[in-house]
Amino acid sequence: MSRINNAAESQPNLPESNSPLQTPVKPGFSSRKGKKRAPKPGNKGFFQRLSKQKALFLMSFPFVIWLIIFKYIPVAGWVMAFQDYKPQSGIFDQEWAGLKHFKDLFNEPMFYRALENTLGMGILGLVFGTLSAIVFALLLNEVRFLTLKKWTQTISYLPHFVSWVIVANIVITMLSPEGIINNLLVDTGILDKPLNFMAQPDMFWGVVTAADVWKETGWNAIIYLAAMAGVDPQLYEAAKVDGASRWRQMWHITLPSIRPVIIVLLILNIGNLINIGFEKQMLLGNNIVAEKALVIDLYALDYGIGMFRYSFGTAIGIFKSVISVILILICNGFAKRIGEGRVF
Amino acid sequence: MKKRKWTKFDIILTISMLFMIVITLYPFLNILAISLNNAVDTAKGGIHIWPRDFTFANYQEIFGSNDKLLQAFFMSILRTIVGTIAGIIASTMLAYVLSRRDFVFNGLVGLLLVLTMFISGGLIPEYMLIRQLGLINDFGVYIWPMLISAFNVIIIRSFMDNLPTALEESAKMDGANDFVIFTKIIIPLCLPVIATIALFLAVMQWNSWFDTYLYARGSEALTTLQFELMKILDNANISSGDITSQNAEVIAGQTNPQSIKMAITIIATVPILMVYPFLQKYFVTGLTLGAVKS
Repeated sequence: MSRINNAAESQPNLPESNSPLQTPVKPGFSSRKGKKRAPKPGNKGFFQRLSKQKALFLMSFPFVIWLIIFKYIPVAGWVMAFQDYKPQSGIFDQEWAGLKHFKDLFNEPMFYRALENTLGMGILGLVFGTLSAIVFALLLNEVRFLTLKKWTQTISYLPHFVSWVIVANIVITMLSPEGIINNLLVDTGILDKPLNFMAQPDMFWGVVTAADVWKETGWNAIIYLAAMAGVDPQLYEAAKVDGASRWRQMWHITLPSIRPVIIVLLILNIGNLINIGFEKQMLLGNNIVAEKALVIDLYALDYGIGMFRYSFGTAIGIFKSVISVILILICNGFAKRIGEGRVF
Repeated sequence: MKKRKWTKFDIILTISMLFMIVITLYPFLNILAISLNNAVDTAKGGIHIWPRDFTFANYQEIFGSNDKLLQAFFMSILRTIVGTIAGIIASTMLAYVLSRRDFVFNGLVGLLLVLTMFISGGLIPEYMLIRQLGLINDFGVYIWPMLISAFNVIIIRSFMDNLPTALEESAKMDGANDFVIFTKIIIPLCLPVIATIALFLAVMQWNSWFDTYLYARGSEALTTLQFELMKILDNANISSGDITSQNAEVIAGQTNPQSIKMAITIIATVPILMVYPFLQKYFVTGLTLGAVKS
């Protein structure tokens, strides 16, 4: 939760309170955390202050330029989606195409397949990612043997820090016909002969989800564990007096206590449902499962850059952003309605 | 710890935690064992967490005979060092300016930064930008686009917000300008948070492969370990059957791409393991710091 609030909280000019330690020596000179004073003393005051703050200006100027170039020019590049963009001529000498590229997009069957794959893997990842993290956190929270608890947690988020390239390699190795999973399945008689999981289109979503769960469960559990640490111990004492077993304590105390965290994270993740990226799909996919691995970003990459259809690729990007904003607004409104507080 | 009887519940918990440890660690140990095993022998299968026919041939191939992989290794290190240093300089400087609520453009700069967390141009416009800036097949493409992350700047700024202002005030009385205050007073006080962000940046740089794929594929010199691994993966991810064709001269020796892949995986994982204890220490404090704030 802290991470989420950080963003909103750190908005400039947000009224800030407390911190009696930091009363400025000279009021109104450099109150780092104090309330922003209404600074409207006219132009003269403005330029006077600016000349005093030359160093600050020079320190931020290069990065403002950087922000504009690397973050805002690409947004301005959205205009390409409404042109027939050709890289040879400048951005102002392009032919306008209106909504042609969007129409092309919506008439393209491949696009719907990409959308289906994106949402499919997004929803699977959301459901199993959330469930696995909550279950793991609940269980870990109950472990009394502290050494085991510490080691399990430390080891559990190791995969979070390694790249998807490495994880893809691990997954492919484990699932290969000679890999451990096949060995186990054949030895226990579940399978007659080794199955090449990576070559089963119908299993691809599942493989991606499993890889995701393997990589992120420990990491995602951290935030739930933090929330569980804040539960009032008296609640457990009272339950113990009433004779509640530890299963029941888990179900009736721990789980309801972290409900707000679960809901906020769910909402944030639903907003990102369409932004699942393409790394996993690109690295784990192959020609045989390509049909199930094509997600929106890969589609944009293939068409936009691979086939030099820049305008078309940009249109895909815009579509994605619009869906993402709509999802966030819906979830935010929903959260407000059920009284869990808005996320933004 | 209070001595208590082990219930059935405790046993179930312990077993599930051990299961978690095993499924997390087994793949790494398995790959380590394969990377230390004779490639021809590996093909027979049955290697788990201990090599059967021990050899360093796969690592020798990377560090000895294969110039390209060695170069990739050094490029990975170079981009990690340069990218981390550049990122730290940029984010601390910007964070300091933003922590100065009296700065006339504070609101504007802050808004420009925070908005980037919510809007993004997307893949294609960014690609076009990089192309137009002439960063294709240029080392700069590893540094410039990732220079500043709004999230990191905000973490550093909230750390700065909680610093005592007394030192800064007295330096100002002595007539020090803001840049001197930043380098002489603020930076030394911010070392803990700088260490945290440095670790995050280093891990991010070390793990990147997509920028190489998209922007630096054409340059032999700019290839990285992650990208080389990705290429082998790409060539051989259906089965181990067809990889013999792709790199015949390697096959002739003691090793094959399949085993080299495992060795690269280990080499690419080891630095993460090395910074892992620090990562853990710092990000936990980072998380709690954030929690206290909210």
